[in-house]
Order: sequence, then structure tokens, then C-alpha cells
Amino acid sequence: MNASVVTAKFSAQNLNAFFGADQGLKNVSLDIPANKILGIIGPSGSGKTTFLRTLNRLNDLYHNFRVEGRLLWDGNEIYQAGFDVVELRKRVGMVFALPVPLPMSIYENVVYGPRLCGITNRGRLEELVEKSLSAAFLWDEVKDRLKMSGMRLSGGQQQRLCLARVLAMEPDVVLLDEPCSGLDPISTARIEEALTILKESYTIVLVTNNTKQAARVADNTAFLLMGQLVEYGPTAQIFTAPLDKRTGDYVTGRFG
Amino acid sequence: MRIPPRVNQAMAIVLLGTATLLTVVILVFIIVFVLKRGLPVVNWHFLFDSPQDMGKAGGIFPTIVATILLPLLAIAIALPMGVGTAVYLTEYTRENRITKIIRFGTDCLAGIPSIIFGLFGFIFFVTILGMGWSLLSGGLTLAIMILPTIIRTTEEAIKSVPNSYREVSFSLGATRWRTVVKVVLPNALPGILTGVMLSIGRSIGETAAVIFTAGSSLRMPTSLFDSSRTMAVHFYILAREGISVDNAYGTAAVLILSVLLVNMTAYWMMHRFIARNA
Repeated sequence: MNASVVTAKFSAQNLNAFFGADQGLKNVSLDIPANKILGIIGPSGSGKTTFLRTLNRLNDLYHNFRVEGRLLWDGNEIYQAGFDVVELRKRVGMVFALPVPLPMSIYENVVYGPRLCGITNRGRLEELVEKSLSAAFLWDEVKDRLKMSGMRLSGGQQQRLCLARVLAMEPDVVLLDEPCSGLDPISTARIEEALTILKESYTIVLVTNNTKQAARVADNTAFLLMGQLVEYGPTAQIFTAPLDKRTGDYVTGRFG
Repeated sequence: MRIPPRVNQAMAIVLLGTATLLTVVILVFIIVFVLKRGLPVVNWHFLFDSPQDMGKAGGIFPTIVATILLPLLAIAIALPMGVGTAVYLTEYTRENRITKIIRFGTDCLAGIPSIIFGLFGFIFFVTILGMGWSLLSGGLTLAIMILPTIIRTTEEAIKSVPNSYREVSFSLGATRWRTVVKVVLPNALPGILTGVMLSIGRSIGETAAVIFTAGSSLRMPTSLFDSSRTMAVHFYILAREGISVDNAYGTAAVLILSVLLVNMTAYWMMHRFIARNA
């Protein structure tokens, strides 16, 4: 591999996505560099979540969903026939907009993924639990009550538990779908802090309705509008010297 | 003429309150009446002795055994089938003509009087398949009878599991099967249990479907192919043939208490399960 070329973790080429007759994404082409945080911004209904869920093929759960174009993950087309979706989802984790702890203990929540991968060794599981909860800045708060139901945590703690659950898979990519939309500023800061440390080891894609959040944590930012990629570049450029007028209007809050 | 809100409210309270009160009073009256007539004959010997002289004397032990075995057998057959059907209908297929037909079929099945199931069981299991009057024939017949209840309650329970749980499970790389086993079914369990309890209640009290298929032998059943008599059937025969009204009420009292016990255990289990997870 040539070190001078920035490696793309994901590469979308003329990607179109449809839900029945509705087109969710229009001709989106963008490369997601590895070990960076990509922020995706745009008004609601602009296709941010659709794009994110295309990356781990979670849109497949909608029976009328289909894609056209190419979407490469480490050079492999993920929408080709016979592609191992389960393997993809094990490597590309996702944190949802609303915290969804499964109704089981904190411990069981974190080991849900590893157990699916066939890890049964107690010591290994406990090690994973401590490691992932620590990485999500939750370990100190819950280490004495791992047997407690995950549903009894506060909203911010629940979302960090969801992050830990993804990290326990030791994934390649972490997708976050407006992870802070229901959280207070302190919990939000915690999550953002975790993300900036996590990008050392993971590629992170962060969909956010909060443009300031993208400005704070993202290395690169993509602006989507009505399913189209309007502009994509380094975050500093998007926020200070956007090339497209619509991008400028959106990040300064003139519309959206 | 418009009724003033205050009067309207008062009327509603009186009418609805009366309806509720009436329901409770009738229910309590029946239970108290049966227990009052029945409990005096219930003692250790009544519970654990074999009946003598067609049930005029002695106890009801074989009928208690049959009343435990038959519903258990029915549940053991109907639960996997019913839950399997419900999982298939809700998780593995989309709503289409075939699922609609299946659903319509189960709804029709639910509305059929139990004597029809008894007749069917008699012709099919007892006669054609040659199982004779036996626990097995009775269990299979009861299983078919409670299948619709199990399917529908399980379906509703599965539908009430938030979709976000499924999405989380899938996003962590779970297959559909793992998602069903690890997330959907555990969360649907209280609902499924409700269906099971309703079914057990129905099976325990069932006479028409059982008398034609499990028969009415008073001997202790020792295998699945033995005929046996449940408490409900025993009660029916004692009262109807005028063998012993006292023992009939005694049997009824035991029957009521056991249904109560089953329901209380179920609620306790359900609460414990919910408290553990929420």
C-alpha cells in the first residue's frame, strides 16, 4: 500500500438510494478517510441518516429499499450479491439517535455483540466490558453495578453504554446517528471527548443536526441537502470558506 | 335536550360503577357459593385417595393428576407450534395474502365451540388414528383448541417489542434468528405467558372437548395411552348422574382453587420477570 495516498475506508461512487419510488440519496460520491471523524450535516430529511444506514446496510430492513451505484468498504463492494452482511455489521458498528439499551443488565448489553461473535470466555468478556466502558467514559460510574439493568441509567449514561456496546465489538468503523440529540450539554461533551480519542483506532462517521458539534469534533464535513452532496471538505473550510453559497447559508444558520 | 356536564358525569359514574360492582359481586358470589358448599368435604383423604363407588365415596386423586397432565400436554404441543407460527407471521414474512388467510383461519378456529373440537378429536385422534380414549388424544385436541389463543397473544406480544431493539441487534451483526431468540422472544415473554395462562385456564375447565377424547376412566393414568377423567369432567358426571352432589361441589372447590393458584403463580412470575429487566 502506498503510504502517501490517503486510504479511504469507505468510498461511495454515484450512490443512489431509493425507498420505493422516493429517492433518498442522489448521486452521492465521497471518500471517507480512515482514522478520521467525518461529520455529516444537513437539514432533516436531507438523507444523512439514509446515507449512514447505507454504510452498514441497515436500510435492508426496509423491504422497498434499493441502491444503485457503488459503495466500497476497504475496496469491496458491499452491495454485491453474496456479500456477508453480518460480517459487515460486526465491523461497522452503529450508535442510534435515541439511546436504546437492550432490557438486560449493563454487563449483558456490552457483551451482546462479542457473544454473537462466539466469545464465551468469562475472563475475555470481563476484560472487554471494562475496556469498552472505559473508552466510553462510563466505567467509573457503573463498575460497581454491572448487574443492574441498562434501562435504569440516565439518558446520557445509556448513550455511552450504547457506544461501549459498539466498541466491545472492536469494530473498524463507528457510525453515530445524531448521538447527542437527546442529551444535555455535559453528556454531549463526554461523548465528544470519547470520539476525539476513539478516532486514533477507528474511523468515525457522525451524523449531526448540531452544526457546532461537527465544527468541534469532525476532521472533514459533508453537507447534504435533499439527498445531494452539496459540499465536502475539511471542516475548517466548510465552516469558514465554503465554496457553495447554500453551505455557507446553512452553517451560519440562515436556513435549515 | 342537552344534559349539563355535571349531571352527565354523575350519570356516568353511577352507571359504570354499578356495572363494575355487579360484575364483582356476581364473581365473588359464585366463588363463595362453590367454596362454601364444596370445602367441607375437602380434606387430605379427598385430595389424595382414589374414588370408590363411581365417586360416591373416596377421593379424587386420579382426576387431579389428569387435570394437571392434560393441560401440560396440550401446552407442550401447542406452545412450540403457536410461538413458531407467530414468529413466522411477524418476523419472517411481510403482510400478504397468505398471512391474512392464516390469520383469518386462526381467528375462525378461536370462535369454534369446544364440543366441535371434542367431536373432531373423537373422530380423528380416537378413531381414525386409533389412539383410543387417552391422555394423548385429549392433549392433542386441547392443543388444537388453544392454538389460536397462543398464536394471537404471542403475535401481539411480539409486535409490542420496540423495533429499535431489533435494529440494535441487527446493527451488532446478529442474524434474524439470533435477534428473535435473544431480543424479541425474551421481551415478548410476559405477553406469551399471558396467553399460556389463559390457555391453561381454558384447558383446566374444559369438559366437552375432553370427555370425548380423554374419556372418563376413574383409574390412575400410567401412560399417555390411558384414558382418564379430569376434575371438570368428574364434576360434570357426579352432578349430572346424581352420584354425589357433595363430592361434585368438593371437586369444583378444588378446581377453582387450583385455577386461582395457577393464575397467582403466573402473575408472580411475570412481575418478577418484568422487575428484573426494567
